[in-house]
Amino acid sequence: MLENRRYIIQGLFILIGVVFLVKLFALQVVDKTYQMKAERNIVHTIVEYPFRGLMYDRNEKLIVYNEPIYDIMVVPRDVHVADTAEFCRLFDITKEDFLANMKKARAYSPVKPSAFLKKLSHQKYAEIQDNLYQFNGFYANPRTVRRYTKPILANEVGYIGEVSPRDLELDTTNYYKSGDYKGLTGLEQYYEKELRGERGVSRKVVNVNGIEKGNFKNGELDTASTPGKNLITTIDLELQAYAEKLMAGSRGSVVAIDPKTGEILVMVSAPSYDPNLLSGKNFGKYFQQIKNDTTAPLFNRAIQAKYPPGSIFKTVQALIALDEGVIDAYEPIKVTLGRLGDHAPAGMYDVARGIEHSSNNYFWEVMRRTVNQGVGNSIFTDTPIGLEKWTAAVKRFGFGSPLGIDIKGEVGGTVPDVNMYNRMHGERRWAYPTIYSLSIGQGELEVTPLQVANLAAIIANKGYYITPHLVKAIEENGVQKPLQFEKHYTGKGDEYYPAIIDGMVRAVKRTAGRALIPDIPIAGKTGTAENGKKDETLDHSVFMAFAPADDPKIAIAVYTENAGWGGGASGVTASLIIEKYLRGYIKETWAKREDYILNKKYLIGLQQEN
Amino acid sequence: MRREGGFFTDLDWLVVFIYFILVALGWFNIFASVYDPVANQSILDMTLNSGRQLIFIGVALVPILVILLLDFRIYESFAPLFYGLMILLLAGVLIFGKEVNGAKAWFEVGAFRFQPAEFTKMATALILARFVSGTGVKLTDLSSQLKALLIIGLPIGLIMLQPDFGSVIIFSSLIIPMYREGFPSIYLILALIVSVLFVLTLLVPQNYILIGIGAVTVIAATMQLKKPKRIIPIALIAIGVTGFVLATDFLLNEVVAEYQRKRVEAIFRPELVDPMNEGWNLEQSKIAIGSGGFTGKGFLEGTQTKFGYVPEQSTDFIFSTLAEEHGWLGSAVVIILFITLVMRLVFIAERQKSKFARFYGYSVAAIIFFHFTINIAMTIGLFPVVGIPLPFFSYGGSSLWSFTIMLFVLLKIDMHRAQVLSRH
Repeated sequence: MLENRRYIIQGLFILIGVVFLVKLFALQVVDKTYQMKAERNIVHTIVEYPFRGLMYDRNEKLIVYNEPIYDIMVVPRDVHVADTAEFCRLFDITKEDFLANMKKARAYSPVKPSAFLKKLSHQKYAEIQDNLYQFNGFYANPRTVRRYTKPILANEVGYIGEVSPRDLELDTTNYYKSGDYKGLTGLEQYYEKELRGERGVSRKVVNVNGIEKGNFKNGELDTASTPGKNLITTIDLELQAYAEKLMAGSRGSVVAIDPKTGEILVMVSAPSYDPNLLSGKNFGKYFQQIKNDTTAPLFNRAIQAKYPPGSIFKTVQALIALDEGVIDAYEPIKVTLGRLGDHAPAGMYDVARGIEHSSNNYFWEVMRRTVNQGVGNSIFTDTPIGLEKWTAAVKRFGFGSPLGIDIKGEVGGTVPDVNMYNRMHGERRWAYPTIYSLSIGQGELEVTPLQVANLAAIIANKGYYITPHLVKAIEENGVQKPLQFEKHYTGKGDEYYPAIIDGMVRAVKRTAGRALIPDIPIAGKTGTAENGKKDETLDHSVFMAFAPADDPKIAIAVYTENAGWGGGASGVTASLIIEKYLRGYIKETWAKREDYILNKKYLIGLQQEN
Repeated sequence: MRREGGFFTDLDWLVVFIYFILVALGWFNIFASVYDPVANQSILDMTLNSGRQLIFIGVALVPILVILLLDFRIYESFAPLFYGLMILLLAGVLIFGKEVNGAKAWFEVGAFRFQPAEFTKMATALILARFVSGTGVKLTDLSSQLKALLIIGLPIGLIMLQPDFGSVIIFSSLIIPMYREGFPSIYLILALIVSVLFVLTLLVPQNYILIGIGAVTVIAATMQLKKPKRIIPIALIAIGVTGFVLATDFLLNEVVAEYQRKRVEAIFRPELVDPMNEGWNLEQSKIAIGSGGFTGKGFLEGTQTKFGYVPEQSTDFIFSTLAEEHGWLGSAVVIILFITLVMRLVFIAERQKSKFARFYGYSVAAIIFFHFTINIAMTIGLFPVVGIPLPFFSYGGSSLWSFTIMLFVLLKIDMHRAQVLSRH
């Protein structure tokens, strides 16, 4: 009977063979997870970060570039440091840091590289470079950070930062990965797609120690990185620097536009900050500091601050009335005082003289004619009809909604309309006497410095503007592709403009003497924007101008907060920027104007005057 | 007296054929496991394991020839001498041996290393065969059983001292020829129960097992109420089983080395094991094998095995190279080859006329079968990781030569099976 035991033994052999075949079939053919695990094991995906696009000014001077920095990477399993003290001395860290960082890296993975020290500067890396080889398991991973040739243009250029989890969620194209950087504000944000370039990916086959053993699938799946495209901005870097210097220590903003193209030459929001602070390893530290600054350096006043336009708005009133045909440019209108407080004397005024003298009572009458054209039975029905036309006309000048500049955050300001007054006072319960402060740019009107600069450009162009913008061309592979911008007409014709311009040229001579440059004809208009406070603080100084008056090359708006009337601080600042732009330098004879601005001499005696 | 046909027809060519196929496949896979795609290496490169294995294969031809030329009777005659020598060497290696991976298992002479445990298996099989075929020996008798166990136990004890648990497990394969010669089934059933209990202690909380044992004991005792005599043995068995369960826990936690416990846990309770550390070998081996798919990645195209993810690549984990590069089909071919080989060896053993030859034939089949089973079970996660080579496949001279000698001694004895009959 013992012979039968051979069958039990042979049965066992066959059983084991079958068990193996079945188990292997399950493991190799049915279960696909091991294929994926195997790939994850050996394929080391190396992301090649493209160079972010550079930014140039209108004269192709560099504004923003990339500076290499280095992350020191570690593969814990390979680490062999003979002398920890030496290592710590070299990297300028404490032994505790060393141990803590090693622990963190080991916790992440003993065999995969992770960052041991982040964002070492080029200089620091140069110091340690020669010694790095002594420490097995450490290597440097070069990256770049944004650098700025001048500590200016912070709010316009913007900054980049790590993508947030929310960004990743919203990113439907799946472009971003955790830890990536993207533009968060300014041009960095608006032109993110152009600037970021295309990430390259190479898949390397690595052995268990992370040593490369060639390309995965012969590199078929690899892609090369494409550097980001460069931005050719409209900014004049020298002029911008000069304007920021003039505005240093003040609050306010400057916007200068090339009226023919809508290109923004200068955009200043003061106070600002050094953009270099928000780049590199101290982002977190400085960001909090800048954000908590009570002077709000991150607030871009040029496009986000809303001020009542003040007297500069008289130009718009005149243009609307002329367009409506309710006044004639050279029609003498008798002005008596009393409707509004006025610096201008009573007498006969036409458009040019009204602007020259900034006659409040003249423009009271101008706007009255626009809104009360006698269409309705009473002033209560007539005024809304007129105001509707007026509102539409004002909006054509680019007020009341964002102009569409190529950075985010621009506000539209306020242009009051019939509905607004109906809400405030009730239907048919208001008329021109209720809203007449609009005639001199006060009341419910709110505009941004950019819109005022754009107004200057409209007048300079005699009736149109091109959407103001900061980038004029995108450069790819050395070829510049110009961007196209829309042209907007503001009224029926250009025949009324000479009177306005004439008034503005005379106004500069009369009321803004310090802003006068004998050999450059400037057309300008001063303004005083009420600061809205009932205390002793001074109103905001506003100046709008373009030059040369006969062939405008620059249109400008300057707001200096709490600096009194427009002809002083803002007027002189504007004239300096105009002169610098048109002449390239400030003539010495007038250099004292710089001193007037830089040392805030304009404040002297202002309290008494008002 | 010789049968007609002579030398070339008497040799079992099927076994010889499978032997050379396995050795050749092993050689190619050893090359595949050490091949570095960056360096342009040849399979004959003497700095590689594949180059050295070719020498081992060549050298193995010498004992094959010698065995075929020597008288087949010397193995039975000299079995005690051979066994005694191996026992001496096992004792010697504990004193003069070189420690490798924490075990004193190797003699080192110059560049050559020699592992006496590999040859002790064969020596033990031979002397056990001689003992069992002796007159008056009945494996159903307790005294014979004890003597047999002593013969096996002596080398096991010495190997435990190295320690080399893999080899110890292999010695237990000699249960199979003993079973064939009448060793009672009850021992095997007990061994099975012990194994099941062992696995249970790892999988189920100890309290539940003890409650279970208690319940089974009470039921069994109740059923035997009419025969009170049987209650005492039932109680004794219950106590023994309880003791074993407690001892398993104690052994695993207190006596067995941490890494060995982890290896056992990796099989039965993988959730407790960190795949980056203790679980690394098994996890990586499974990844390599699992990623092979149906037809594999192709010769020298394996990635997991090539790039060092699987440790002990050319020796104990050689099967993962094969399975990664040749997939399920390649694995199946090798498994079928091995099963065919051991089935054939049983067939050969059964056609022997002498008990000695039959016992030895079963021993060879069992030893090869255990090596094969445990090695492959280990690479696919059915058995804890123990250092046991895959016969004829794994890199290493000691292993290859000992299997070669063991196998060809059987083939030599088999060639003369008719003569044995005439002698009786």
